[in-house]
Amino acid sequence: MVQSTDLSQGRRAAATAPVAAVETFTGNRGLQLEERLIFEYAHADRSGVDLPEPPKVKDRLGGLRRRGAIGLPGLAEPQVVQHYTRLSQKNYAIDSGLYPLGSCTMKHNPRLNERMARLPGFGDVHPLQPQSTVQGAIELIGALAGWLTTLTGMPAVAMSPAAGAHGEMCGMMAIAAALAASGEGHRKTVLVPESAHGTNPATAAALGFSVKPIAATADGRVDVAALKAALGSDVAAIMLTNPNTCGLFERDIREVADAVRAAGAYFYCDGANYNAIVGRVRPGDLGIDCMHINLHKTFSTPHGGGGPGSGPVVLSARLAPYAPRPWVVRDDAGWRLAEEDGAAGDDQALGRLKAFHGQMGMFVRALAYMLSHGADGLRQVAEDAVLNANYVMARLKAELTPAFDGPCMHECLFDDDFLKDTGISTLDFAKAMIDEGYHPMTMYFPLVVHGAMLIEPTETQSKHALDEFCDTMLHLARKAKSGTAAEAFKAAPLLAPRRRLDETLAARKPILRWRPTNQGPGDGPLKQAAE
Amino acid sequence: MRYLPLTDADRREMLATIGVRSIDDLFRDVPTSVRLPGPIAGLSSHMGEMEVERRLGRMAARNLAASDAPFFVGAGAYKHHVPASVDHLIQRGEFLTSYTPYQPEITQGTLQYLFEFQTQVTMLTGMEVANASMYDGSTGASEAVLMANRVTRRNKAVLSGGLHPHYRAVIETTARWQGFRVAGAPVDADGIEDLAALVDKEVSCVVVQNPSVFGHVRDLAPLAQACHAAGALLVVVVTEVVSLGLLTPPGDMGADIVVCEGQSLGVGLNFGGPYVGLFATREKLMRQMPGRLVGETVDADGKRGFVLTLSTREQHIRREKATSNICTNAGLCALAFTIHLTLLGERGFTRLAELNHATAVRAAERLARVPGVKVLNDSFFNEFTVMLPKPAAPVVEALAERRILAGVPVSRLLPHAPLCADLLLVAVTETVSDDDIEALAAGLEEVL
Amino acid sequence: MTTVKYTEEHEWIRIENGVGTVGITDYAQEQLGDVVFVEVPEVGRTIAKGEAVAVVESVKAASDIYTPVSGEVVAANSALADAPGDVNLEPTGKGWFFMVRLADPSELDGLMDQAKYDAFVKSLA
Repeated sequence: MVQSTDLSQGRRAAATAPVAAVETFTGNRGLQLEERLIFEYAHADRSGVDLPEPPKVKDRLGGLRRRGAIGLPGLAEPQVVQHYTRLSQKNYAIDSGLYPLGSCTMKHNPRLNERMARLPGFGDVHPLQPQSTVQGAIELIGALAGWLTTLTGMPAVAMSPAAGAHGEMCGMMAIAAALAASGEGHRKTVLVPESAHGTNPATAAALGFSVKPIAATADGRVDVAALKAALGSDVAAIMLTNPNTCGLFERDIREVADAVRAAGAYFYCDGANYNAIVGRVRPGDLGIDCMHINLHKTFSTPHGGGGPGSGPVVLSARLAPYAPRPWVVRDDAGWRLAEEDGAAGDDQALGRLKAFHGQMGMFVRALAYMLSHGADGLRQVAEDAVLNANYVMARLKAELTPAFDGPCMHECLFDDDFLKDTGISTLDFAKAMIDEGYHPMTMYFPLVVHGAMLIEPTETQSKHALDEFCDTMLHLARKAKSGTAAEAFKAAPLLAPRRRLDETLAARKPILRWRPTNQGPGDGPLKQAAE
Repeated sequence: MRYLPLTDADRREMLATIGVRSIDDLFRDVPTSVRLPGPIAGLSSHMGEMEVERRLGRMAARNLAASDAPFFVGAGAYKHHVPASVDHLIQRGEFLTSYTPYQPEITQGTLQYLFEFQTQVTMLTGMEVANASMYDGSTGASEAVLMANRVTRRNKAVLSGGLHPHYRAVIETTARWQGFRVAGAPVDADGIEDLAALVDKEVSCVVVQNPSVFGHVRDLAPLAQACHAAGALLVVVVTEVVSLGLLTPPGDMGADIVVCEGQSLGVGLNFGGPYVGLFATREKLMRQMPGRLVGETVDADGKRGFVLTLSTREQHIRREKATSNICTNAGLCALAFTIHLTLLGERGFTRLAELNHATAVRAAERLARVPGVKVLNDSFFNEFTVMLPKPAAPVVEALAERRILAGVPVSRLLPHAPLCADLLLVAVTETVSDDDIEALAAGLEEVL
Repeated sequence: MTTVKYTEEHEWIRIENGVGTVGITDYAQEQLGDVVFVEVPEVGRTIAKGEAVAVVESVKAASDIYTPVSGEVVAANSALADAPGDVNLEPTGKGWFFMVRLADPSELDGLMDQAKYDAFVKSLA
């Protein structure tokens, strides 16, 4: 969700500011330990796993036995545990503190969910075991599907998409399938607001649609007049995020939905921000045709450093027949997965998106989260998320410049107007937050706001934590505006495990793997950098 | 609510700071007609940990766990022993609850393990570059075809009859909606197909699985030559990554793109997901790769560090011109994979592969002695196909009733291939004991 | 006599003996930041005015280069593969992208001369 268009990133800043660290012999700094690559510890004779001697047999490898070594490093278990523990200590995480990455929804990940996913009945069952031996696992998928359709007020849900973007693909394929079935395959235009996530136009384009951007109004919402004007007989669908990426509710959404439907098109709702309204609004009541739900956002499955995700898609009655296989059926005989089409070949399913049945491990976690909160707690989740974001906006507007007036939903958006003439960019401001112990907010997204800073505190932060964060942000803003701090901001971060990294070097001379010629920490790359 | 820190007093104070009277004032942009007055009907209310455990525990108890039965189920997901430290390490909050490493200064942990992961993947596959993972093997295979189409500017893919039917279905679904052609070879249960004959100047790639879904191991070098002669790419799919500890890597046989399902290492069965896709290719095709890439660089002090790189290929910059719409990868599963592989090391990994193969050979020899059972494979790694004297699905059901999970009836994957009705895929990993093999053989003797 | 013309997409084209050399302007390289990768068209390819024929990438942005004129590509600057920074250092010199043999010299009429381009850039500030 985050991107930077600031061009100073990666250029090696001159270390003009005093570096607040003492040189140490090891390069370590107290608890912060330098850590080399596993390949640099290697010894071929070592292993961290003891396995029995394989029985002697005549091999049946068809003459294709591997010749030569693979080159894998060998480490004993204690070395492995230390290696990954040290690496982990170089990461910021929700478990460490507030992680206000707008649009990414970094909320607390309950550990009960981890325990549930590891029950042998869920974690240690094979997707192709006889269905009679996994009735409870199929039931769990059915139960989660029931929660998702009830919460959203939609009649059907496709459970197999592996992530949000995969869910988008699923939803847009379903729309393409519905159009093909009704002889309207000529509809090839998809309308996408300028503020959309990059995945929206990427998905539409991949499916052969041409993307027509729709402008935003001055109040951060989609321009309904422009949208209506663009709704011709060539339009297949609109892809709209609601609440949108500016953190605002599209208040004309019913009018948009009616216009889209009247024009014979479909309404794809990007559900990335569903967490703002879960339990308080049913997207089905807004007139949408489909919406993907990022279980890792709204329902707290862990982000895990970039995945795995899970992106079920709820579908309207007119799209439901095209849902991908497999789906869950409950009949007199019990629970069943409808995996393959019938012999009659009259199947309308759009196909299969993934091997097996979906991200089961994420399903268990999400259902544990839903059961823990209940319908009442989920409503409170949305309310507290919105309250926290508005509180941060109210406090920060003393020094920062909100991009839009009025209440926001689950995230608040600022532009870089308050940094005007300071010589400090949004990126510099974000890097200074790192030295203060915070993960920066989302920067330079959405694109419709200059130097955007998108802050999403989530409902799992206390008022105390929010106050400390706001105090810090206000302090940094005042410091930035003082007119004397530009160099300090440009040099930040000074106290993180690494200072700003040279992304230009990384892209010009890509080193995407370790090679034996690399000499060790700092050595190989330094030589290349000095070329 | 144990996960919500705000007290009612906090809420009142915060509303006052904002300058509104109630939470409803903050939802004023939502049309009143769609605002729900109270909790959604038909769903339970909040509950404590004990109650959640009880409910989900009841569902979990209705499933027969792989470890509780002689277990021979494979076909794209394999039961392996995962060392205890893997699960311990991936549950460290700094890994588990971190986001995609967009701020490299404070996510070097994730970036470094992904760089190590990429390196390990290149070593296993015999390729030059690898990405930071895909959703899983099947979606990776589909992305490989899209990549081959971009590279060759052609749009027809040839799919082997030994490719996992789910993988084939995923590629066919992509083809149907993204507009390219697929030429699928007939089902190849015997491992004798000649794909080179299907390669012409319109073909962007040939997708072949090794070992095939039926278990056959084949030298792909001649096929690679045929592909290259026609200007097409060879995409090799590996669904059992442990096989790479013992078999010639696809890169050495001339593969241009290698896609693996990495579930076997570190991840566990999880009823089908989440898993982790490995994706590797040649350096010259690097910029056409989908997915995230981590690269090495230096920081402002000249210290080595890692960053996401070549991101101009991706959706958040390229938008409708991106190489793929993929945003998420399988970060945490990639971590589990790389930790397990690091624990094994060269010696452990090759021994694990030997152990799998040797155990499978013994199982095949034993099952071949069951009256009426015929092993179809000459070659295999840890999974092979047997022909039974009657349809396999009811046999598997009957054995399940005896608490033996005998394998995957091919009809589960290919319900419309009558010639396959009697075929059973049997996977034998290091977790299978001599007693398990004996139980399966005895069970078959009883049911057949 | 050489002529240099400019486009609103900040490309320059220098005409010598019916062949145009194309690159991006100093303003464009500054907007892009450090260039990390350039993809140039194949020699021999026939290109049409306005067609996206090359790509220039910085760390955080990728831009298509549209040919200002139609014709046949007669040369491409393969040195940029190893030295993409040349686009930053010498955008109108070593950082050229490709040469095209003009199919229709009248296509140049619609392009800006130096004075007009300078005024155009000024209007963007």
